Parts: sequence; structure tokens; C-alpha cells
Amino acid sequence: MTKPLSTEVDALSARHPGVIDRPLTQRFLPFAVAFVLIAYVFGSLASFDVVRVLSGTRTDLVNLFFLDSYAYKVHAVRKLESPEFVLSLEGSRYAVYDERPAWLAVTGEETDIDLGSDGRVHIKGDTLEYYPKDEEVAYKIKFGPGLVPQLVEGVAPDWMRASDIQVDMRPSLFARIWITKSKIEIHRYFLGWENFWFDFDSPLNGKSFGEIASLAVSGERMDPAMANWQYIFFQFWNNQEWQHGEVYYALLQTVIMALVGTLVAGIIALPLAFAAAANINPVGVARFGIRRFFDFLRGIDTLIWSLIFIRAFGLGPLSGIFAIFFTDTGALGKLFSEAIENADRKQAEGIQATGASSIQKYRFGIFPQIMPVFISQLLYYMESNTRSATVIGALGAGGIGLKLLETMRTRQDWENTAYIIALIILVVIIMDNMSGWLRRKLIEGSN
Amino acid sequence: MSAQVTLTQNPRLREIGDAYERLSRSRSLYTVLLIVVCAVIIIGGFMVADEANSGSFWGGLSSFFDYPADIITGTYAAGWGWFALVWSYLPFLVETINIAVLSTIIGFALGALLSFVASRNLVRNKLIVFCMRRVMDICRAFPELVIALVLVLSLGPTPLAAVIAVAFHTIGALAKLFSEVNENADMKPVDGLKSVGATWGQQMRFGVLPQVLPNFLSYGLLRLEINVRASAILGFVGAGGLGAELKKVVDWNYAADISAIIVLLVAAVIGIDYLSGWARRALIGKTGTI
Repeated sequence: MTKPLSTEVDALSARHPGVIDRPLTQRFLPFAVAFVLIAYVFGSLASFDVVRVLSGTRTDLVNLFFLDSYAYKVHAVRKLESPEFVLSLEGSRYAVYDERPAWLAVTGEETDIDLGSDGRVHIKGDTLEYYPKDEEVAYKIKFGPGLVPQLVEGVAPDWMRASDIQVDMRPSLFARIWITKSKIEIHRYFLGWENFWFDFDSPLNGKSFGEIASLAVSGERMDPAMANWQYIFFQFWNNQEWQHGEVYYALLQTVIMALVGTLVAGIIALPLAFAAAANINPVGVARFGIRRFFDFLRGIDTLIWSLIFIRAFGLGPLSGIFAIFFTDTGALGKLFSEAIENADRKQAEGIQATGASSIQKYRFGIFPQIMPVFISQLLYYMESNTRSATVIGALGAGGIGLKLLETMRTRQDWENTAYIIALIILVVIIMDNMSGWLRRKLIEGSN
Repeated sequence: MSAQVTLTQNPRLREIGDAYERLSRSRSLYTVLLIVVCAVIIIGGFMVADEANSGSFWGGLSSFFDYPADIITGTYAAGWGWFALVWSYLPFLVETINIAVLSTIIGFALGALLSFVASRNLVRNKLIVFCMRRVMDICRAFPELVIALVLVLSLGPTPLAAVIAVAFHTIGALAKLFSEVNENADMKPVDGLKSVGATWGQQMRFGVLPQVLPNFLSYGLLRLEINVRASAILGFVGAGGLGAELKKVVDWNYAADISAIIVLLVAAVIGIDYLSGWARRALIGKTGTI
């Protein structure tokens, strides 16, 4: 490969001015744009006080959320006056286990508690010994009713907090040993969602899948009023803790908000769009009026419409339907009228030449041309409105958004929050795929 | 009359006529079916919604104008002081617009990067494309509300929550559109660059980016419009900006303040719509598809 002569380069650059030696302004424009953008990003981040906000992050809450969303804990509590440990789910008084699990063994005066990967606890008389796994050391703590618990053997590690009222040990996220003047409390975490299928109090709780299946098809009626499979479904649907029935009903409301709101908007927007198109409606004033009406509907935005409708119709999905319907009539009307203006008028003229009425002219001459835009935009809006319906649901329009907000506000049912988030994402993905499939089917099918 | 006669006499023509009738019958059946399905969804959905609602449709219809009327009378009562109110809420509007612009920039940059590795024609490795598309889908499926609520809880009420929430969703939404643009790009410049030994990054920078950038920017501006609305809404769950102020005054029912914020918000939304529409037309030209 030979180097091109400088004369050749000069000739080339003379033939194509501005390609080889681009003007300085053009060459530095991208860098200038990038610089301005980066400066803007950092400037506005600084105006949001990012450093202070990030340093004040409640990482403990986030950790708790993630832990609680996929694990549940069993509390083993012993009041110091009584010798027995009481086991309950998350410390609830209504979810107390009757049977002692295998990981808590009592032999005479001694109690052995297996904490899985966090080692084990041995209690005898007035001493509690904690043996972390894979460690030689043991931590021995003396306790008694009314006495301050004391670490008598071992050096307190950083996960142990001892004060003049209690000793609190958290060797990992999955275990906690907590001794006070009046009680011993031991928490052990297990992976999974406890009582997801049936209530703690339900007679079906704790049965395996095989047992449930055989109960469903045969066996004595558990409830004389209904068949076993009905009873099983009833128990699942009315699970007090997970509230499957209510959650799915809320989900249905959200989907209805999106579907009905968008469909009605599309139906109303179509004739209005014809009236707003310059090639259909010759009256300029009317066109201008309808276009500003579209702008008005669109500009007010779902947020404000939902506030107004919530005042009128009360809290609930009806207000959500109307909020979506009003905003999207504006958005879809604008899109449709642009599509109509771009339509080829020759087809309409051809149909007019056969003596068709003006309705027939639009129906067979214009409408087939804008059909793909009509369907694809409608489906696209339906999909994106599923998300919007979740959001305005949280503002008070009901549905799954409100349910999500409720479970988050309680700040303890994180597993329910995770469940609802998973359901929302599932529905959004389903709507996304369904609208894509329908779009391909309807548009390619019609061509 | 004579056409009818020939149609029934000529077997070939009769066959065609029958086929046409079958086809048009099945088409009209589909049309009727579609209309019935839509009607069922609308009527059924409406009934479900009406039952779940705390107030009823017919009861609400008569009081529909009550709230707007309240706000308008309240605004009228405030007199000239109303303009001072509008002025006092301007910084919050700036904050909301900042949230929208910032999240659009972040989403644009990351979405563009993601789209290049998620386009089938630009990356040979099918596994990478598949994984990147799933990443894209997950980003897109997460409603902003969910992320914003979790962040408000851990970060406290801050606009940063809205920025991250909106940006996260924008990455997925833009990456999907961008990768579609990439897949429609002309591959000849890429082949040319490949033949002179350009690296993959250089092929993308000089072969693909100049073709797709106008479309990217146009989609980005469209997204900005959507994000202005989204960031206003997220204020309602505590993520700062004009939405947070609106929530306060709505809860306290300060009519003049409500109207001041609504006017600002609507003006901003319409203004940005027009600006971005104008910029998009300038970018793509009048015949553009977007």
C-alpha cells in the first residue's frame, strides 16, 4: 500500500470541499454538545442534592425489603419464667405452630436450636451458648429473669450488641438471637413464601401438592356445603394473608381501565379526527376548534383528569377509565387526523366516481388506508395504558396500583409487595406480547 | 340481468363468484366478531368498574362540573394575587422539567448503547442479542411507579427517585425503538468500513450512527414529552417537583393554588409538545414517518 501523494490529497479535497478538512465549528460541534449535556447532567444532579440524598439512604430498609420479599422468619420466643419456647410465624399471635419443628430439640433441661448455616444454640439452665458454624469459639451468655444478660465467655464481635438491657446478636441476615431481662427470642429465616397457597389456620395448610390433588378428586368432603375442589379453591382464593382474590380483582380493574379507556377513546377519536382533517372538512374554523380541543384534552394530562373524575365519580376504576379516555381521545385524535391527511385521495375519488355517498367514500376510500395506523396506535396505547393505569390507580383510581401502595405503606408485608410487583410486570409483559401479536395478525392479515 | 345469466352459466365464473362470496362472508364474520368482542369488553368492563367504584356513574355525572367550578371560583376570588402564586410555583416546574430532561438524557444514552448490542444485523452472536433483548424487556416492563415507590422509601422524598424511575423505563422503551431503527439501517457503509479493517466500534460510529441519529433524536424528543408527564405524576407519590406541590394543595383544597399549578403544568406539557414536534419535523423532514 502506497501513501497517497499530497497533490492527490489536495485534488481530492478540492473536489469534495468540507470532507477531508471539515470546518473547525463542525468538527468540534459534537464535543461541544457532549460537554454541554454532561455539564447539564452534573449541574442538575447537584441541584437535586444527590450526595446528601445518597448518604442518607436507608440501606437497612432496602435490605429488609429484599430479604423479606423472598424469605420468611420463624420466631422462637421463651418468656424467662416459663421453660417452653413458643414458635410463631413472624411473631404473630395468630400464627403459632402447635408442633415443635425438627430444628428445635428439647431434652430434659436442655434446648438445642439448629440455625442452619448460622450454627447452633444450646441452652441449659441460665446459660445460652451460641456456636457459629465453622468457628471454634463459643459465646456464652448468662441470663435470668430481671437480670441484665452478660457475655461471660468470648469476645463480643461486631455483630453483637450488648447494652445494659439486652444482648442482640445478628451473625447474618438470616438469624438473630436476642436476649433481654424477660425473654429469649430467636429468629430463623427460611427461603420462600410461607402460607402462599393456604392460610395458616386453613385445614389444608402444610399439605403437600399430592395430598391436595388426591383430596380434590376423591376423599371425604372437608366442608359438607361444597365439593372438595371448590373448597380448595375457596381456601386459596380467600387466603387472608395473601388476599389472592382481592389482588386478582384489583388486577382485573387495572386491565379494564386500560382496555375500556383506550377502546372508547379510539371510537370517539375516529369521527372527530375525520372532522379535523384538512382534506375532509373544508371548514377551517371547525378544524381549528377540534384541533385545539384535542390539545386541551391531551395537555390536561391523565393526572389532572383523574383528580377531577375522582371528585365526581369517587375513588375507583370508573374515574380511571374516564381519565384515560379523555387524555387518549386527544392523543389518538391528533394521530388519526394526521394519518387521514396523509392518505391518498385517488382511492376516495375513484369510489366517488362510482356514485358512492360521502359516507361510503370515507368508509371504503379513506378508512382502509388509515386502518393500519388506527389498529397499531390503538394497540400501542392499550399496552402503555396498562402501565399508566397502575400509576393513576395509586393516585386513587383503585386497582392494583392502590393495592401496591397499601402493602408498601404497612412496611412489613414485603412479600406481598414483591408478589404484586411480579404480577404487574407479568401483566405488562402479557399485554405487550398480545398487542404485538394482534398488531402483526391484523395488519399483515389485512394486507 | 345479462351479467347474472353469464355468471350462472359459465362454471369458471360461478366458481370465482362463489369464492368471492365465501371470502366476503368470512370477512364480515370477523368484523362482526371484532365488534362484538369490543362491545363486550366496553360494556362488561364498564359494569365491573361501576360496581367497584365508590361513587356511581350517574350520580357523578351531575356533579362532574362541581370541582372545576370550585377551582374557578376560588381562582377568581384570589384576584391579581393569583399571578404571584403562578410565579411562586415556577421553581417546582423547573424541577419537574429537569427531572424529565435528565432522565431522558440518561435513558437516551444507555438505551442507544443497549440498542447496538440488541440489533440482529449488527451483532453476530445470537446469545448476546437474546440476552440484551430480555434486559430491554425487563427495563420496559417495570412501571415507573414501582421503582419510584421503592426509592422514595429508601432515599426519602427526593426528585432523584423520579429521575432513576423514569430513566430506567426510558432505557428499555428507547432501546426497543432504537434497535428497530438499527435493523432497518443500510448495511453497505458497515461492509465498506469492515473491508478497510475498522473495529466493531468504528463500524457502529461511522457506519450506522450517522444513518440512525436523526431517528434516534426524534424518538428521544417524543420520549421527552412522555417523560414530562410521567415526572409530574411521580411527584404525587413523593418524588418531588410540581406533582408533589399539587398533591399538597389538592389535599388542602386550596383552589387558587390548584389552578395555578394546573395552568403551569398544562402550559409546560403543550409547550414541550409543540417544541419537540417542531424539532422532530426539522430533523426528519416533512415526509418523515414519525
